[in-house]
Amino acid sequence: MNVMNMERNGLNNKSTFSAVSEFIAKNKIGFLLIIVLYSALFILEKMMPPSSMLFVVLKKGAIYALVAVSMNLLNGFTGLFSLGQAGFMLIGSYTYAIFTIPVEDRAAVYQYFDGGIIRFTVPVFIALIMAGVAAGIFAFFIGLPVLRLKSDYLAIATLGFAEIIRAIFQWNKLGPITNGSNLLKKFPSFSSVLFPFTVAGISIALIVLLINSSYGRAFKAIRDDEIAAEAMGINLAKHKLLSFVISSFFAGVGGALLAMYQTTVQASAFKAAMTYEILLIVVIGGVGSITGSVISSFLFIACSEWWLRFLDSETYIGSFKVPLLASGFRKVVFSVVIMVIVLFYNQGIMGTREFSSEGIARFFSRIASRNRKEGA
Amino acid sequence: MAENILHLERLTMQFGGVTAVNDLTMDVYKDEIVALIGPNGAGKTTVFNCITGVYEPTNGSVSFCGKTIVSNRPQGKMKKLYTGEYRGEDLKIISPTPDKITKLGIARTFQNIRLFKTMTVFENVLVAKHMRARQNFLSATFRLNFKEEQRMREESLALLEEQGLLQYKDEIASNLPYGLQRRLEISRALATEPKLLMLDEPAAGMNPQETQELADFIVQIKDKYNLTVLMIEHHMDLVMKISERIYVLDFGKLIAHGTPEEVQKNQRVIDAYLGVAEDA
Repeated sequence: MNVMNMERNGLNNKSTFSAVSEFIAKNKIGFLLIIVLYSALFILEKMMPPSSMLFVVLKKGAIYALVAVSMNLLNGFTGLFSLGQAGFMLIGSYTYAIFTIPVEDRAAVYQYFDGGIIRFTVPVFIALIMAGVAAGIFAFFIGLPVLRLKSDYLAIATLGFAEIIRAIFQWNKLGPITNGSNLLKKFPSFSSVLFPFTVAGISIALIVLLINSSYGRAFKAIRDDEIAAEAMGINLAKHKLLSFVISSFFAGVGGALLAMYQTTVQASAFKAAMTYEILLIVVIGGVGSITGSVISSFLFIACSEWWLRFLDSETYIGSFKVPLLASGFRKVVFSVVIMVIVLFYNQGIMGTREFSSEGIARFFSRIASRNRKEGA
Repeated sequence: MAENILHLERLTMQFGGVTAVNDLTMDVYKDEIVALIGPNGAGKTTVFNCITGVYEPTNGSVSFCGKTIVSNRPQGKMKKLYTGEYRGEDLKIISPTPDKITKLGIARTFQNIRLFKTMTVFENVLVAKHMRARQNFLSATFRLNFKEEQRMREESLALLEEQGLLQYKDEIASNLPYGLQRRLEISRALATEPKLLMLDEPAAGMNPQETQELADFIVQIKDKYNLTVLMIEHHMDLVMKISERIYVLDFGKLIAHGTPEEVQKNQRVIDAYLGVAEDA
């Protein structure tokens, strides 16, 4: 009996291995691109000064990409219009910060609360997972009642919950844990751009794997037609909750990364405006496109933090003062750009399509064949 | 008589003060094709929705293969509004969600086609296999269920081939011609491995030629997959040709039932369909 089991296990392992290698072989170009991307980042960091705006954009862009993809899982793939993302990011960032502030620094951080009640720290990696789990647990209990609602009502309810969470975390009575409305700081952060890229990259890869699995198909079925999905034996409550919890898990991880990036955390920063920013990224990238969310997240952060900066400073060409350029003008231009994008690309950059290595290959072969035709 | 598959016991569905289905008792036996007919608004689709758990009936019960799957008695404000005489005070309250009913082995199609519009034909069928696959979200994410996934894919492909849809498998479902969309919807229902197939106006919008083909198709899948079929249909030639027994509803009430010949001769049925002259 045992021998048979072992043999079967051996067989299983073998086929698991072959399945994995087959998967890699199928996505050769994709894996190659990822390796190229990461080595490029590595080299870039060696060559350019760390204070360059490029790194700000890359770091923040990677974090927002993760949160946007997690929101897309919910809004784009499961068809649940939820606006609670900032709330779950807040839970993630607080969980991370609370459990990683070094013991010796706690007295200084929790100066109004006798150094807080938590007197231990956990490693960064475990704290990141804890951040996701905490957000996921909150999402579970919020999702139980709220996911019965549909479309706009769900959006309002989740928005409300996000605001309630923000208020609770600022509550003075919780000070020994959350430090009330004061800053949390001195927790470990990252300096290399590779860190947020790796964490966000792995998280997004997991979300993509989920979306392409049987469960992802069930999510899309719910998005396309709830009644038909239910008639096909898909348990709506269970699958919606699953999607909500997983989305919140990754929002929590994203929140923890954001805390590391900012090096301080304060609940008042996680306003509804943050959710809207992420929603905007999702819409611009294309609701239902993972790569769209990623691309638009970097574009969005680059525009808001870097490329449009010059609009904020008074500029002289010779002795001529360029009109309108003044502090705050950047936001006006940015809003106009977004309106134009939403008006003319109402499907977003990618629609529901995905950016794939096969797609690139197809694109180039099409160009090549066109050139050949023109040449002939 | 053969084994009783579906039994409705004094089923009543009231929406506020409006009675859509009134004290309906009916039986479907194994390997039968039973039709549920009646003029527009007679409550046929409501009966389907009560059986499949979309609605919670006001009173009465539904049993499937001898087991009660849905039952209810007037509660809350329906206690006052309920107009029927029979109150199943002894009835337990069982109101499962539609997915539970599907899992028991009742599959259905819809009056206005409800395919997963943005998904391919293949994916539409694969989704229906999701319910019976042994997996959880972690094993699915990490592809530890690849054997199960492979089985789902193979079975779906086999089903598509049997239904003559294999050549369309990568088409987006909403791009298929109307007749094929109907066929895909039935195939998708078959993928849930049902014992009882409920078709809600399968021939709606079809021309006589297509209706003829559909009739053959229904008989063919019934034999092939060991199904019992309950259908709502307006095309009388289809109903009379393939159904073994017919139930006729009018304003939610059962006005006749029997073999096609019996029903065709029934005066109440003729009146319901053609109307009764005022002075008659």
